[in-house]
Amino acid sequence: MESLMLPRRSLLQMAAAPALSFLLPPLNARAASRRGTERARSLIVLWMNGGMSQLETWDPHPGTASGGDAKDVATTVPELRISSLLPQMAEQMHHCLTIRSVTSKEGDHERGTAFVRSGYRPEPTLKYPTLGAIVVSQLGAGKLEIPPYISVSPRIPVPEGGYLGNAWNAFRVHHPGREVSNLEAPVPDARQTRRLENLQLLSRGFAASHPAAARQTLHDDLTGKALQMMQSEQLQAFRLDDEPEVLKKAYGDTEFGRGCLVARRLVETGVRVVEVTLPGFDTHVSNHEGHVTQCRILDPAMSTLINDLHQRDLLQSTIVLCISEFGRTPAVNPAAGRDHWPAWFSCVISGGGFRKSAVIGETPADVPVSDPPAPKDPVTVPEICATILDQLGIDGSKEVTTPVGRPVRFSDCSPSPRLIASADGH
Amino acid sequence: MKTRQLLVLVALGLLMAVVVQLSGRVDPVQAQPSEVSAADQLDTAVAGLDAWFAVKWQADSVSPAAAADDLAVFRRVSLALYGCGPSLEDLRAFERDTQPDRLDRWIRQMLRDPRFAGYFARRLSRSLVGVEQGPFIIFRRDQLTDWLEEQLLQDAPWSEMARQLIAAEGLWTDRPASNFITIARMENEDLDENKLAGRTVRTFLGQRIDCAQCHDHFLDTRWKQRHFEGLAAWFGQAQVTPGGVTDFATPPDQPQPEYRVVAPKEDASASRIVVPEVPFHAEWLPSTGSRRARLAAWVTHADNRRFERAIANRIWGLMFGRPLHEPVDDLPHPEDKPDDALDLLGREFRARGDRLSTLIRMIALSAPFRLNTAAADNADEAARQTASWAAFPLVRLRPEQVIGSLFQAGRVRSVDQNSHPLIRLTRMTSENEFIEEYGDAGEDELIPQAGTISQMLLKMNGRFSRELGKVDLLTGPAQVLALSPDDSAIVENSFLMCLSRRPDSAELLHFQKQLQQARQTGDEQRKAVVEDLFWALFNSPEFAWNH
Repeated sequence: MESLMLPRRSLLQMAAAPALSFLLPPLNARAASRRGTERARSLIVLWMNGGMSQLETWDPHPGTASGGDAKDVATTVPELRISSLLPQMAEQMHHCLTIRSVTSKEGDHERGTAFVRSGYRPEPTLKYPTLGAIVVSQLGAGKLEIPPYISVSPRIPVPEGGYLGNAWNAFRVHHPGREVSNLEAPVPDARQTRRLENLQLLSRGFAASHPAAARQTLHDDLTGKALQMMQSEQLQAFRLDDEPEVLKKAYGDTEFGRGCLVARRLVETGVRVVEVTLPGFDTHVSNHEGHVTQCRILDPAMSTLINDLHQRDLLQSTIVLCISEFGRTPAVNPAAGRDHWPAWFSCVISGGGFRKSAVIGETPADVPVSDPPAPKDPVTVPEICATILDQLGIDGSKEVTTPVGRPVRFSDCSPSPRLIASADGH
Repeated sequence: MKTRQLLVLVALGLLMAVVVQLSGRVDPVQAQPSEVSAADQLDTAVAGLDAWFAVKWQADSVSPAAAADDLAVFRRVSLALYGCGPSLEDLRAFERDTQPDRLDRWIRQMLRDPRFAGYFARRLSRSLVGVEQGPFIIFRRDQLTDWLEEQLLQDAPWSEMARQLIAAEGLWTDRPASNFITIARMENEDLDENKLAGRTVRTFLGQRIDCAQCHDHFLDTRWKQRHFEGLAAWFGQAQVTPGGVTDFATPPDQPQPEYRVVAPKEDASASRIVVPEVPFHAEWLPSTGSRRARLAAWVTHADNRRFERAIANRIWGLMFGRPLHEPVDDLPHPEDKPDDALDLLGREFRARGDRLSTLIRMIALSAPFRLNTAAADNADEAARQTASWAAFPLVRLRPEQVIGSLFQAGRVRSVDQNSHPLIRLTRMTSENEFIEEYGDAGEDELIPQAGTISQMLLKMNGRFSRELGKVDLLTGPAQVLALSPDDSAIVENSFLMCLSRRPDSAELLHFQKQLQQARQTGDEQRKAVVEDLFWALFNSPEFAWNH
């Protein structure tokens, strides 16, 4: 089939035409030459949707009543053993901070997701922005021609800007590695030019009758940005054609694996926040088998991502956070599943100035479901969020006013030194 | 496509082509709405409302915008009541009606149309149960929406609907109003009384007192924590049992459950009993009935002005896309100020039996609803005019209004209950798929939001505008091209279908010229011109915004 996308030359020609004022001149393409600490920081969230079991992943308790069928394996961090379902990650744990004592009170998927993504428990009258939305609203897009906040999530609702507005919603990519939806004009160049001329005529007419109101719509601005994105060379970041086969294979021939590779490419291009979702963790039935399947996808993708970022000297500037909305119960239910368990769960953070080769928190092996004790060294979700914001250079204590006039801070918690690497890097 | 589906499509196309051909024009005939009886007329009430706004504009030193064209007002009404722009069929019929009260008569007819009930029920349900998924099995949004739809079709009193929602007893399928309660069930299977209290007060009384759950209200010092706790206690005996929601799960000869509050960081054993209490006018409480039934009676009491003001502000918001007071569910105390537009609306609403149709008609017939959008070049001046309701606010269409309008604009006839099942099915699936991609407005639907690049890309390049704007067998653009008598009519019909207005002279000339040039190169080129015209109309700011 003939490619219907406008060539870059066509766009420049169109932009030169006085009638098409909403076509902005394209910006310089990929700007990703900086490495190491010189580079602006980015965030990659690996979202384990449904509630990952800590016991089958980062916090196994083999040989105990709650341990289930999970075995453990030694890692590159001497005192740390993780699930044997994650052998490749075991080789990368020296790049990571493992937190086994994340606490929450939200045991519902929607509420738990909103809490972990924002650092605030959901409220009926205020929708908090996700961390990613705060980051891009504060740091901007720079010279990016593609959105600075990308969600690689086939079916999960995209992370949203909440009270900051939906301008900061993540841009969703449905199928990583394939063409991004809706970026190709459905008609040949000549017709696209005619369409844009028609649109320009209508826009001008509307602006002439309601000048101030028409400016308020930002319609021309958005149209221009959409057209710019359609033509941007930065779109190359979404494609995997020029990646070596061996590397693609290392990430895994899965949507999640491709999503992680695309995430690296996006970060390299200058995207500030990428969320890659791995659905399928809501294992109320056959928990162990479910996690065997999930870990086969997660393990190669996450370990290769961390190693790839490290090899490219991008890990210092990129925070990789692997987390889910809650954990799963120590008790195994009659359907061999584990249910929702917000009392404690695990997350792993790598890069971006966070501690390496470190473990925080310790959970008891066997606990009563009805009245669980607190884990040792509990770490709250707001604490993690505040520290991530801080590491990205954002003042979490900054107070903003919501559309209904309510003052609110980006974070109601202080950044936590215990999560941050010391001068020696650990 | 399977052969059978293809045959159905071909048969439908032929049938529609024959029907339209028989009419001899892209101008189907539709019955005119009946007269409004003297008892049903709202002239005096609307005049009172308009007078209130006239005084306000004078006090705010703003001049009202010019009156909007009737077709523009008709589009606003259609967007608010049907969730889409009007069809060419409806526009033609509306234009043929030359009576001075045609707008009111058409609104009354629209209020009896299942399209109104279906769409408005979905809008109202957001204020009742938000947009969350809710607990599995025991929360049935579809049942609640179907029930609301039926109530709207019957023009049931809002106070009666509110009483049923707050005090519902029974199964979530058998008594759909009980879903207002079941959505508050928590993981531990208890009901969240706080959530129910907060929602009840926000939705039915238009007050945000949620923060008083933990402390006295910081900004509105009249709301104390004990008020919130007292209101939550009315839900303290509600339970979700296998037989449904009830306040009577405990046999009467046994101690009834009490609402208990545990202070933060305290052990559950340190809880204290909170008795049901209302923050004002306890004399409105009936002495008998379940706790929730007594609360419902208090909320809807004829003297409780908050009740009528809350729904008047909500309906204003649904009609304009912006409430009179923002946020929609946090109104000033009625006793703190002289009567305002909400009181005028509320009084008429009460006098006419608490029917939402009264509010909808009054708002749609009022002067602010029938004014143009601000025409000023100066942003401050336009903002002042809009803030005083001296101009119609410019409001982005909601996601379902975008796809609804796209779908309707892609057809000549109204897409309604009389449409072919295949068309109705396609509309429903298109709407679901479009909203999933476009993004839902969420519960805070009346807060202004900007568009996003992904939304713009979806409209420009996505399959919805591509398919609906295509000159193909069954589509509106094909009918416009085939049946319009000349190029001028092609352009005019296209504009009416998409923007509910005729093209101005420059626009007409521009598109006529394209059609004329294409005539020399053949039918395919003319098809392409019409498709490109529809594409531009679909993607124009005028299409995407209510104005």
